[in-house]
Amino acid sequence: MTRKQKRLAIIGGGVGFLVLAAFLVMFAFSQAIAYFYVPSDLAKANLSPGTRIRLGGVVEGGSVKRGDGKTVTFTVTDTLAGVPVTYTGILPDLFREGQGVVTEGAFVQGSSVFVADTVLAKHDETYMPKDVADRLKAQGVELSGKETIK
Amino acid sequence: MIIELGHYALVLALATAVIQAALPILGARLNDRGLMELASSTAVACFLLVAFAFTVLTFAYVTSDFSVRNVWENSHSLKPLIYKISGVWGNHEGSMLLWLLILTFFSALVAAFGRNLPETLKANVLAVQGWIAMAFALFILLTSNPFARLVPAPGEGKDLNPILQDVGLAIHPPLLYLGYVGFSVCFSFAIAALIEGRIDAAWARWVRPWTLAAWTFLTAGISMGSYWAYYELGWGGWWFWDPVENASFMPWLAGTALLHSALVMEKREALKIWTVLLAIMTFSLSLLGTFLVRSGVLTSVHAFATDPTRGIFILAILVFFIGGAFALFALRASHLKAGGIFAPISREGSLVFNNLILTTAAATVLTGTLYPLVLEALTGDKISVGPPFFNMTFGLLMLPLLFAVPFGPLLAWKRGDILGVSQRLFAAVAIGLVFGTGYYYAMNGGPVLALFGIALGVYLIVGSVTDVALRSGLGKVARNVAWRRFTGLPRSAFGTALAHIGLGVTLIGIVAVTAFETETVVEMKPGMTVEAGGYTLRFDGMRNGSGPNYTEESGHFTISRGGVAVSEVWSSKRLYQARRMPTTEAGIRTFGLSQLYVSLGDQIGEGGIVVRIWWKPMILCIWGGTLFMMAGGFVSLSDRRLRVGAPARAKRPKTVPVGAAE
Repeated sequence: MTRKQKRLAIIGGGVGFLVLAAFLVMFAFSQAIAYFYVPSDLAKANLSPGTRIRLGGVVEGGSVKRGDGKTVTFTVTDTLAGVPVTYTGILPDLFREGQGVVTEGAFVQGSSVFVADTVLAKHDETYMPKDVADRLKAQGVELSGKETIK
Repeated sequence: MIIELGHYALVLALATAVIQAALPILGARLNDRGLMELASSTAVACFLLVAFAFTVLTFAYVTSDFSVRNVWENSHSLKPLIYKISGVWGNHEGSMLLWLLILTFFSALVAAFGRNLPETLKANVLAVQGWIAMAFALFILLTSNPFARLVPAPGEGKDLNPILQDVGLAIHPPLLYLGYVGFSVCFSFAIAALIEGRIDAAWARWVRPWTLAAWTFLTAGISMGSYWAYYELGWGGWWFWDPVENASFMPWLAGTALLHSALVMEKREALKIWTVLLAIMTFSLSLLGTFLVRSGVLTSVHAFATDPTRGIFILAILVFFIGGAFALFALRASHLKAGGIFAPISREGSLVFNNLILTTAAATVLTGTLYPLVLEALTGDKISVGPPFFNMTFGLLMLPLLFAVPFGPLLAWKRGDILGVSQRLFAAVAIGLVFGTGYYYAMNGGPVLALFGIALGVYLIVGSVTDVALRSGLGKVARNVAWRRFTGLPRSAFGTALAHIGLGVTLIGIVAVTAFETETVVEMKPGMTVEAGGYTLRFDGMRNGSGPNYTEESGHFTISRGGVAVSEVWSSKRLYQARRMPTTEAGIRTFGLSQLYVSLGDQIGEGGIVVRIWWKPMILCIWGGTLFMMAGGFVSLSDRRLRVGAPARAKRPKTVPVGAAE
């Protein structure tokens, strides 16, 4: 092979690989991302059952009920609307009533209960997930002092 | 008073950095030796000044001087000494000061060990380091002054975020920064080469030890951070594809690519322009990581502060350095002459393949990390890109590279014989498949992919050993001759083998944990038992205790196997008093390379509690592998041909036989 051909082979291989990677990324984006919603968005969102989403808001006071120990139900609210959520497992340390939370999961067919497989209440006691804070603020919900956007 | 001296030292450091940034570069232009020599002395002075400022801040922490706002916000008089010290960098201001300290430390090292560097190159390199130091010193002084006072001084501090009160955190950031910031030297060398418009194999030889050192520390930092998250967060996960983790992983991928392309450049004078570009990209990704983590665009445990002016300032630094570097690259790259040619199937070809995959993989990680930010900025939609995305893209892309790794060192330079190499690696493939199948059956089935995953890991290990064995002529020559050849191999050959072995070990750990870990969530009352990984855990009850700055509730578990008690474990939930913040202290017991991981949930009355128990088979391999990689890094670094400060060897005629070279 001449120098030119060698260079072409290498560049061709490289471009081919990059195209492959780009397709993979596009495919993964269509499959593996979750949109973020707060409860009052859901009415207009038109989700088909089983679509993975992130649902964020505040854990409504007095809504946390422990079922048979492992399964917990609670209501996530943005004060305009509330969504019942069930979760099986151990809640994060910082999960508390009246505090911000982000859950990830899906609605089951024919039910208005959100089944979460992940519950995030992150590392800081003053932490309000930014997504939640932004949305709540957009909805006109007042966040008091420390609980605001961190 | 001493605090003000620290502050003043920092201002002086900025002034020194300005001189270091401006005069040597002029000296190199005018060929003025005096101006060029300023580079070394200012670099050392700048380091000493920053070191003094850092010591002052540490002193304020150790003596719990709450008149300093930074100390008040992040420390507490009851905190154990080690966390008082680690608290210095457990916050935004202190961590930026550490960043600057390490940057100037590297400049000082270049000044001290770079005696054999050509004068102009050294002056230019140090000047570029000066630019970076200047930008960050300015950033600290203008937006993040750690020496700001509080009047009147409060009596007690607010304490450090409890999950940061951990030995892992004490070591993780300095290691990570040594890696991140270490790449600044490679960047400065690249920029200096572009300024001079000249680059040769000797350049690569000077850059490689710095790359190796930075890479080794970054490996250590990432690995440490992963282990810390694993045992401290109580979620049992070791990697979350969190944007902050990605921020450190991208420079690692690019740095790994740089390490390999610098090799081609050093040995064959090829890939010059690419290597320069890669050096720029690696440090750009480090800067981007700093920006992502420090600007508050991401919410995370690492985002200590979210003052928007800081974000904009760092963004400006980012744009200036990355934009400037790429502009310079576009202007000057054509001045660098292309070097040796090679066939696609050759050692060079395999290293190009390595670079192609690593940079593409880094690009997919970058896309996944930035896409949500970009999308939100453009459309307002909020999305999360989680592990499934990265497994699908990064995981798949890396597969061919993992398979190709043992081929690289076995192929000859210029033109390789892929058939011959395949034959030599046949044994490695076979052994890999045997182990994979064996493990698969020992675990009583599971995903078939796991079999191949384990096989791939074992093949990587055996393949890397094969390379060393073949080079020493094992089986072909008499045993004592083989031994002599073995001990005579260049250290970098062992470094390569060790790092590649480490990759295999880590891979085995990842595959085993992903495929075979078990997770049980149960409600337990005292006396109840649960099975995990062939062990039986009995819950014995809860106990209350307290530490210096927290109270805790601990559950005691007895672990038995086949009816015989073999071990016990405590798992606790702590409540840190100052911040009223709960944390989980998972109970972890190691059995061989596997671990039982017990984490507590809520109490449910009558002494009962929700317990989450994981069996993590082979999990220690994940971090064990990184130890091999680090060992590989250090062994390579000790290679005579590369030793920091031995660049004069570049003039030595190349006596290294092709087969024995790296």
